[in-house]
Amino acid sequence: MSANAAAEWPQGIYDTLMTAGVRQVAYVPDAGHARLIDLCRANPVIRSVALTTEEEGVAMLAGTWLAGQRGVLLMQSSGVGNCINMLGMIEECRFPLLMLVTMRGEWGEFNPWQVPMGEATAGVLETCSVIVKKADDPARVVETVQAGARLAYDAYRSVAVLISQRVLGTKSFVK
Amino acid sequence: MKREIVLKRREVVARILRDRAGLIVVPGLGAPTWDCTAAGDHPLTFPMWGGMGGTCMIALGIALGQPGRRVLALPGDGDMLMGVGSLATIGAEAPANLAIGVIDNERYGETGMQHTHTGRGVDLPGMAAAAGFKRTATVYTAAELEAALPLLLAEPGPVLVSIKVTTDPVPNVLPPRDGTWLKHRFRQALFGDEAFK
Repeated sequence: MSANAAAEWPQGIYDTLMTAGVRQVAYVPDAGHARLIDLCRANPVIRSVALTTEEEGVAMLAGTWLAGQRGVLLMQSSGVGNCINMLGMIEECRFPLLMLVTMRGEWGEFNPWQVPMGEATAGVLETCSVIVKKADDPARVVETVQAGARLAYDAYRSVAVLISQRVLGTKSFVK
Repeated sequence: MKREIVLKRREVVARILRDRAGLIVVPGLGAPTWDCTAAGDHPLTFPMWGGMGGTCMIALGIALGQPGRRVLALPGDGDMLMGVGSLATIGAEAPANLAIGVIDNERYGETGMQHTHTGRGVDLPGMAAAAGFKRTATVYTAAELEAALPLLLAEPGPVLVSIKVTTDPVPNVLPPRDGTWLKHRFRQALFGDEAFK
């Protein structure tokens, strides 16, 4: 892995979303997504919607697809727990859904309150029929998101890409 | 002082949808979905059988993606209360083409008619106004409903109108159940066969 890959994966995800034609970005902020959120908000072609809870974004992106557009949901792993009932609708209606989840409570976590949901994140998603792809190497984050985007938009699946704290590093959490 | 509730939910929803033309409608799970079906199922209705709390956010996603069309969410009061945070999100986004009509019987109708907070002083239009909605109203009479129709159907949003309806029992009138089919029906109505390319 090069130093560049570690620094540039948010730009790589942004480029992937633009290539895929994403027009709505829903998010509850996370430090790990800060740069990607800034990139999206700076683009007037994209509607970037801040949510009060992640569940709102699951419902919103169902509407996005009904309206003929593609969307993406950005969140921290603690927010996965807020999505569960609405993911049932995604499965029943087979809505494409791409979630990019930055992990907490997982790799070198210092906050014990983050650990239970971090440990549960992948299992909860898989129980809700969401396809989980883990990215724990900075050099492979972008290709994992590319693969997830194809699974979602072209194969009509709900997909979560879990971006490890190993990728996010400590720098993402302090200015 | 609490006003008397006299409006019948089926008549209210039938009146709102009477001249619907290109209107997109997202009724919330339970009674509002049955009301919309009784008024006449339509491909531009996405009837919810689940996803409680998400009705208005689905409508927001549609409204942002189809800015040239009017989008009307019709949640029940329990659905709206469960997703009450979405009032803040919608207020902040301020979509001009989105309206919410809460079919408010002050009850959880599908589970035994337990009271919701709207019968105990919680004012959803007041909360929406505080969240930045452009127009809000509470409707108790047929005349007030007529006056509120332009808000729901035409005026710049976001709009929230709470329509107080009785708890009189009405027969279930059910739309098709298959969610995937309902999704395809809706997209085909908007995009024709392009929806499947």
